[in-house]
Amino acid sequence: MNIHEHQAKDLLRRYGVAVPNGQACLTVDEAVAAAERLGFPCVVKAQIHAGGRGKAGGVKLVKNVSEARAAASEILGKTLVTHQTGPQGRVVRRLLVEQGCAIARELYLGMVVDRGSGRVAVMASTEGGVEIEEVAAHTPEKILREVIDPAAGFAPYQGRRLAFGLGLTKEQIGPAVGFMTALARCFIESDCSLAEINPLVVLQDGKLLALDAKIGFDDNALFRHPDLRELRDPSEEDPRETEAAKHDLSYIALDGNIGCMVNGAGLAMATMDTVKAAGGTPANFLDVGGGANVDKVRAAFRILLSDAAVRAIFINIFGGILRCDVLAEGVVQAARELGLTVPLVVRMEGTNVEQGKKILADSKLDIITASDMLDGAKKAVAAAAR
Amino acid sequence: MSVLVDKSTRVLTQGITGSTGQLHTRLCREYGSQMVAGVTPGRGGTDFEGIPIFDTVADAVRATGANASVIYVPPAGAADAIMEAADAGVPLVVCITEGVPVLDMVRVKRFLDGRATRLIGPNCPGVITPGQCKIGIMPGYIHTPGKVAVVSRSGTLTYEAVHQLTLLGIGQSTCIGIGGDPIIGTGFVDALRLFQDDPGTQAVILIGEIGGTAEEDAAAFVKAHVTKPVVAFIAGQTAPKGKRMGHAGAIIAGGKGTAGEKMEAFRRAGVTLAPSPAELGVTMQRVLKEKGLAS
Repeated sequence: MNIHEHQAKDLLRRYGVAVPNGQACLTVDEAVAAAERLGFPCVVKAQIHAGGRGKAGGVKLVKNVSEARAAASEILGKTLVTHQTGPQGRVVRRLLVEQGCAIARELYLGMVVDRGSGRVAVMASTEGGVEIEEVAAHTPEKILREVIDPAAGFAPYQGRRLAFGLGLTKEQIGPAVGFMTALARCFIESDCSLAEINPLVVLQDGKLLALDAKIGFDDNALFRHPDLRELRDPSEEDPRETEAAKHDLSYIALDGNIGCMVNGAGLAMATMDTVKAAGGTPANFLDVGGGANVDKVRAAFRILLSDAAVRAIFINIFGGILRCDVLAEGVVQAARELGLTVPLVVRMEGTNVEQGKKILADSKLDIITASDMLDGAKKAVAAAAR
Repeated sequence: MSVLVDKSTRVLTQGITGSTGQLHTRLCREYGSQMVAGVTPGRGGTDFEGIPIFDTVADAVRATGANASVIYVPPAGAADAIMEAADAGVPLVVCITEGVPVLDMVRVKRFLDGRATRLIGPNCPGVITPGQCKIGIMPGYIHTPGKVAVVSRSGTLTYEAVHQLTLLGIGQSTCIGIGGDPIIGTGFVDALRLFQDDPGTQAVILIGEIGGTAEEDAAAFVKAHVTKPVVAFIAGQTAPKGKRMGHAGAIIAGGKGTAGEKMEAFRRAGVTLAPSPAELGVTMQRVLKEKGLAS
């Protein structure tokens, strides 16, 4: 789960990480009042779950009230298109108004769960403001890295090594270690999957400040953070993905026209690949999971049918824990309730497959059956083209 | 021959009183696995269909000589369950639980450092040596004893591969689902090492997916150490960047972990790639014929 910059900064502030004074605003008037309170110059920043806002015109430095009003009016409601939003862009629904600051240096500080070492890795670089992937691709030697031992936690010597490596002055080492230690505590105690301070700025008076902040949480750990769960902003998510999440379904919207319903994430990805290999394009990734019941299958089917781009539906099930008869029952119920408006191709294998096939046949619904995954994908592609 | 589990494996179930634990303990016993004990704190002294239940893993091991554990404990308690089993000296721990927080696994990995316990999973279907021992949630009937090993990050895609092999008359030595999470116990390289050393395994099917670099590491290991033929498939060739595809570990992050990179690594390592998941079985059949290996 991702959160907005202003939410990330609120969380960081609680852990003692230095962030600029600022306020989140939902209207132009609120933004103007916040700017007046904070004093000029200040910065008006679009709050969307995507990077590249500055280049897209979503961040403006303002020097007085009229500039603040103009900037807020322009950004709020605007559709920002950045390299992370996709071509359709994202509508800006809230702003962050922040005090301006006098910057001397821009650095990078990030933390991720590193799969290779199985530990949390801290990365720092002198290339602030540049995406870390780009630094990694072109000048990997500029990335300093420390791995946190889960038993000992982030150790001060690791902070010092990073701080000296960044070329900070003797006076800045102590505060920098404090900054990093606080960020590491926030990361671990909040079950983050990613925390990025880019840029981490050194002010002209020598102080360190998190000028931008990006935080993502491990979805699997949200059960123990009810306060963080509240930070979810559904307007930043695809409505079908939100609906799917309510039913504990794993759904991701794609731009094709063949709706896919599969059990198991690997098989669901493989089904998308097979559709592509058969000359079609998948409309979605959908994993109904191993423990699916009739209600869940019905919800999944409804989500597929709600996608206007879908021209055919391909159900590919290898019943293990999920029994084929349960799947078939859910599909028949959903098709009866909602009406089968597009061709439906079903490939079923595994536990109780004969009962499942019988339920589908007895339903008298217009269902195209397939003998295996490739056969099903081909039939779905052909049906969608009609 | 096989790896990890066989007829002599004595299995205990952690979380035996939950509905999933009950169902799969029953199914594994029906398959022929020796299900010797269950653990649910506070339920010690009772039994599940004749299988004695203990309060702690240590008690269960002491009383029954269990040498493998399977975990169905819910996500919040799964990491603790793994550590309890390791502390009791259980050599093989299979964690089926999906949704374990990743930082819990960071701590578990640290805890397992220097201990003799081998962890499979979490978020996996388990391990099966057909005809001998099934530990996990895979449908037993699709398997048949034989000489092809299967290792995979995906559950249902493993079933797909196994089913295709069985229909072609190609049996399996041992199938290991390593799990779809970013941090897991046994990885591809560990599994390949076991299969390379197993005289009962002639060839290996490896099923990877997008995210991380486990497949690239596996490819390097195959090139350096594996003499047996390997057939591979990578799921997620059409997956968009930056989206988690169901499995917590299946994500192309920062442009890294794409199916294309992984397939290229395997190609360079001399691994045969199955053109589609529907052709895993026939690809293995062709490779076995080319190498003059009986199926």
